[in-house]
Amino acid sequence: MMDARIDQPAAATSPIRLHKQLDALWGTPGGWGRLAAVNHTIVGRRFIATAFVFFGIGGILAMLIRAQLATPRSAFLGPEIYNQIFTMHGTVMMFLFAIPMFEGFAIYLLPKILGARDMAFPRLGAYGYWCYLFGGSMLLIAMAVGLAPNGGWFMYTPLCSKAYTPGINADIWLIGITFVEISALSAAVEIIATILKMRAPGMSLDKMPLLAWYLLVTAFMMLFGFPPLILGSILLEVERAFDLPLFDPTRGGDALLWQHLFWLFGHPEVYIIFLPAAGMVSTILPVLARREIIGYSWIVISIVALAFLSFGLWVHHMFTVGIPHLALAFFSSASTAVAVPTAVQIFAWIGTLAAGRPQLKLPMLYLLGFFSVFVVGGLTGVMLAIVPFNWQVHDTHFVVAHLHYVLVGGFVFPMLAAAYYWLPHVTGRVPRHSLGVPAFWLIIVGFNVTFLVMHLTGLLGMPRRIHGYGAETGWEWPNLVSSLGSFVMAIGFALFTVDVVMHWLHGKRSPRNPWSAGTLEWATAVPPPNYAFASLPDVATRTPLQERPDLGNHLARGGGYLGFVRHDWLETLGVDVMSGRVEQIVRLPNRTLLPLFTALVTGVFFVAVLFKLYIVALLALPAIVAMLLAWTPVSGERCDRGALPIGNGAEAVLHSEAASPPSLWAMGLTLAADATAFASLAFGILFLWVVAPNWPPPAMIAWAPASIALAVIGLLIAFAASRAATSRRVIGNGSRRESALAIALLGQIVALVGFAGVIAAVPPPTQHAYAAATKLILIYAALHAALGVVFAGFGIWRSRTGYVSQRRSVDLRIGALWSDFTAAIGLATLLIVYGLPRVMG
Amino acid sequence: MRRCRAWFTAGVVAAGGVSLAGCGGPLSALDPAGPAASAIAELWWVMLIGATALFVLVMALLLWTFVRRGDGGASPKLWLVGGGLVLPALVLTPLLGYGLLTGERLLAHAGATDVVRVDVEARQWQWTFRYPAPGGTRISVNELHIPAGRPIDLHVGSADVIHSFWIPRLGGKIDAIPGHVNLIRLSAGQAGTYRGVCAEFCGTGHTMMDFRVQAHDADDYAAKLRALPQDGR
Repeated sequence: MMDARIDQPAAATSPIRLHKQLDALWGTPGGWGRLAAVNHTIVGRRFIATAFVFFGIGGILAMLIRAQLATPRSAFLGPEIYNQIFTMHGTVMMFLFAIPMFEGFAIYLLPKILGARDMAFPRLGAYGYWCYLFGGSMLLIAMAVGLAPNGGWFMYTPLCSKAYTPGINADIWLIGITFVEISALSAAVEIIATILKMRAPGMSLDKMPLLAWYLLVTAFMMLFGFPPLILGSILLEVERAFDLPLFDPTRGGDALLWQHLFWLFGHPEVYIIFLPAAGMVSTILPVLARREIIGYSWIVISIVALAFLSFGLWVHHMFTVGIPHLALAFFSSASTAVAVPTAVQIFAWIGTLAAGRPQLKLPMLYLLGFFSVFVVGGLTGVMLAIVPFNWQVHDTHFVVAHLHYVLVGGFVFPMLAAAYYWLPHVTGRVPRHSLGVPAFWLIIVGFNVTFLVMHLTGLLGMPRRIHGYGAETGWEWPNLVSSLGSFVMAIGFALFTVDVVMHWLHGKRSPRNPWSAGTLEWATAVPPPNYAFASLPDVATRTPLQERPDLGNHLARGGGYLGFVRHDWLETLGVDVMSGRVEQIVRLPNRTLLPLFTALVTGVFFVAVLFKLYIVALLALPAIVAMLLAWTPVSGERCDRGALPIGNGAEAVLHSEAASPPSLWAMGLTLAADATAFASLAFGILFLWVVAPNWPPPAMIAWAPASIALAVIGLLIAFAASRAATSRRVIGNGSRRESALAIALLGQIVALVGFAGVIAAVPPPTQHAYAAATKLILIYAALHAALGVVFAGFGIWRSRTGYVSQRRSVDLRIGALWSDFTAAIGLATLLIVYGLPRVMG
Repeated sequence: MRRCRAWFTAGVVAAGGVSLAGCGGPLSALDPAGPAASAIAELWWVMLIGATALFVLVMALLLWTFVRRGDGGASPKLWLVGGGLVLPALVLTPLLGYGLLTGERLLAHAGATDVVRVDVEARQWQWTFRYPAPGGTRISVNELHIPAGRPIDLHVGSADVIHSFWIPRLGGKIDAIPGHVNLIRLSAGQAGTYRGVCAEFCGTGHTMMDFRVQAHDADDYAAKLRALPQDGR
């Protein structure tokens, strides 16, 4: 047992000394040590820099497209190369630029605007970054050797099925993007847990900066939006690799299933990209208008409404696939309704400008660019939501123009504004504006010249994704205009890049808070130290820095909470979700190479799947699990410590002893994403049954009463035993809780045996989509039981090594959550597998 | 062309430079040659004028916030309720109704008289048209023959990947999806030659996957069908 005295903090004597102590602990060494960085400032910067490189690559691809289309019957690129280039342009911009760029901004800014020292799961952020880098590199390498995906960025089946794309190109998309999406899901979990649990004391939900609301809603959308895409990618890869005919209409599959799964992700994706950018607008604009934003609660309600609506209108990408008009009417109404929450935000911004005294500083110039471009995109979006008009312009250059107005207007311009706004924070230097203004004009003029005329090109009948056209079509001059404009825009972006590099190298030293902003990120020194805040503030309003301009110095002197170093721990505070009351001390892990190594092993898995080395892939899976288990020892405590002082006379328990530590939230959120993937698979089965041709299937699953009974009994035993292990009476006693966990482990094994028996009763899965989908959903459930074995074993290991007590119950509660979930989806699976054939006759 | 001319004045004012010459072209949706395409082109011009007005309004408000002197005046509620709720409601409700009614009119309702049936089969990378008739089904490839002035029900399917059937001057598009047959009703106002394309990306031959549409007068049409080969299938 530790002596209680040791838990008392060592008092720091001066701000400099406190800085040195904290920096030694939180800092990342140079050289190879950089690979071990897990700090949010570093990981966030890496995300942003890498995403910007991908933006440049995507931009070069765009230039190639415009060069090809500048003249009729161009012989510059043949169709094979052209198809790869436009597929990669879309893929890079969507998956390797926009989403990671937002993740980078979120990871860099979130702890600072919330008044925390780091994200809730720094190692997860680093792991996500490596997955993004490796997955993105796979796609780039494929492009360099001429094997890039070539089916368009939405990868429609059956064009991307084996029969019509026999090469490796489509596999690279499916596997590379799924690899990258690990970073999206991990970022979603991390962002939500951080926003809900890791705010400054006193920052209740209604005192959060708006940006945090935007990022929270966005992260929730990612949590529910990405699973359908990941599931769809897995299904398509399984079809390509093992001939399971999920999308093959001749064997009971359906090409439209892919479209539903893809757009179920793909439409929310647009708002996932737009909302963080809108959050930046809502942050920057009031500062430069010198007035608090109007309609805070209106905006919060709007973005929540937008998030819900965005999941209900994916079908507007499918107005021409032959869905009944009545259904289209519903999706058309939902699509136009999206204009309402968007309009609320637009007018909240304009109203803020009207009520304030706006300054036309450089970020504001880019915000005006955002307004003009995004409003056009919104208006053409309403047009596209009108069904008959959509029938004409769907899949034409009108849509290409529209989506660029929305994405460049709704994402790139706010990001450029954000870059100029937060650059002093990142670099500690004040930008020299000399190049920012000409860059703006080149970009905005170039953009409008490129894309305004493209609406007309589409109305004149030019479809998307063609690599040439005849002069008689009348598409010659608008295409030439677009191409000329695009090169002007490219010069603008090059100028922006030069400007950023120049002032990074040669800018003047920036004072703290150069914009006189009110949010907490400007209370750090610039550039920020790794620990962000030397002590944590008490927050009573939405703009703490406005009320207390000297807050930064106060915190640097250690005047807030945790203004000390204790046991070489990396500490920050965890709060109650609603009220922001202090609840726990969150001990964060220090720099480590584990995320990098785990990502490398994950990479081995994906590369093995790509090259069909399934033995290697199967060996990599347990290796990944083992690596992840190696993360856990530093995230727990081996003794009960009780409440510890946090400064200012307050105290709190460590997260390992808290009622709702961030890790428990992470588990709940992960299961929510998991449940979405499961629901998507179940939807897929029902969809095939109702819509796909060539049903009913030739053979149904055989009745396997013994195996079903085993599976049910095993699931229930595991569920009951894991729950029992966390109960007050059992958890306090080492041998009792270990016995309960051992029973849970056995239960999961019994369930696995049961599922194996049921899986054996499925007809050959290559015969019909029914058998394929049935087999897959059973495997899905069985995989959960298998991981249940790992969780139960983990619980026993943690108990044996002293990490569990009646107060330190989180490890077992996480395991119990897993068994609850496994039991729920296991039983649901059996119901679907045996119930659906009876219901559907 | 006449429709385009009719909207010409308004179009110039609204779009600031879409010229008459800019609307033409063998695949132009703005140069409609049938009732479906006309209805949609009309929808477009109405929406363009409305959208332009809204854009100008928002930009003017934005500009005003920078050049005004003194206090901004309007209360926050007015901005949020007026701009965020009332304005979209006033604009979107009628537009939605207009769009849905137009869409409803263009559907292939049962009960229409004098309808001609054509079966369309897309494959990489050609179009096959079949004309069921009492005397045996006739067939043509990459050339669609229709009678002018009569509604044509095109039953569109695919033999391999997804394609999309589109004759811009006659109306909207419909996807050709393997395993499904989709129906679209089109009509050509006058005899003449039109052009159609595949609008859904379908592989390396996508660019070349176009077809000709010949709209014939009634007598010519019967003669043309008789001259087509019998479907050997």
